Amino acid sequence: MARKTWHKIAVVGDRESVLGFRALGLEVCTPESPDEIRKAIDRLATDCAVIYLSERMAQQVPETVNRYKQKLTPAIIPIPDSQGSLGLGEAAVFERVEKAVGSNIFEE
Amino acid sequence: MARLNVSPTRMVLQNLTARLKTSTRGHKLLKDKQDELMRRFIEAVRHNLELRREVEAALAESFKDFMLAAAVMSPERLEEAVSFSKFQMLAEVTEVNMMSVPVPKIRYERRPHPDFPEAESQQVESYGYAQTSADLDEAIERLNDIMDKLLELAEVEKTCQLLAEDIESTRRRVNALEYRTIPDLEETIKYIRMKLDEDERATLTRLMKVKELINEEGAI
Repeated sequence: MARKTWHKIAVVGDRESVLGFRALGLEVCTPESPDEIRKAIDRLATDCAVIYLSERMAQQVPETVNRYKQKLTPAIIPIPDSQGSLGLGEAAVFERVEKAVGSNIFEE
Repeated sequence: MARLNVSPTRMVLQNLTARLKTSTRGHKLLKDKQDELMRRFIEAVRHNLELRREVEAALAESFKDFMLAAAVMSPERLEEAVSFSKFQMLAEVTEVNMMSVPVPKIRYERRPHPDFPEAESQQVESYGYAQTSADLDEAIERLNDIMDKLLELAEVEKTCQLLAEDIESTRRRVNALEYRTIPDLEETIKYIRMKLDEDERATLTRLMKVKELINEEGAI
């Protein structure tokens, strides 16, 4: 039942934010336009287990991010970038809580 | 609530009773599944939130260092310094069954890059110290420190995502059974029972009437 394969881990974001990840041995991609972001994600999705996507870019391609929501891999995880957090990652967590529970039980 | 469009016969009644039994049992099982999924989801999501806050704060620190490094180094040099990692981060994904929801279990491994098979795993930086700023070392060091958390976040967040989807569909099914299927079946069964009873009474009175008529005729 358990399928075992080795996958890569990718980071997608603007140059200043994600270059550091390259030094750690992650696959790094720095697309410029929404179209390139879409293509980069679709390309990475085939052999990556996790894609860290900068919030600013996730904002530009919501349909692509949603398409992978129900699949086991890849996990598309929004991360803040060098210009600071937009709070989208946390908002996504709250959104899931609301979807599952019916109301946001964590809201302060 | 609506009565199903069926003919009121014994056979239909029998089938519907069997269906009601299955539906009630299914409803109970699904409700239990929903409760347990919810419990696990809340547990996971709480962890998710904590991890995310921690990771976001740490990432911001690292980015700050990285900006400093970028400010004092030329872009080409910076790019060159980080471009040749001696390692590759790889992930092994195993599908784990959590209440019949497949969730990923992700295990990570840092492996020497195929081009640098002799690399030692203690050293993270893959560049010489001479031409790079200390801020870069610090930024990468920091990134390396939060990598574990970041990877854990990926697993937890994906699990939450999948659980949330499943909880929603389970809730729909529970509700459909509870508020639609079961009441409809109950109403239809009741209707068929009444109808059959009514037919029986009709037959009985008819028979009595016939008997009475025969008796009267016999008397003449």
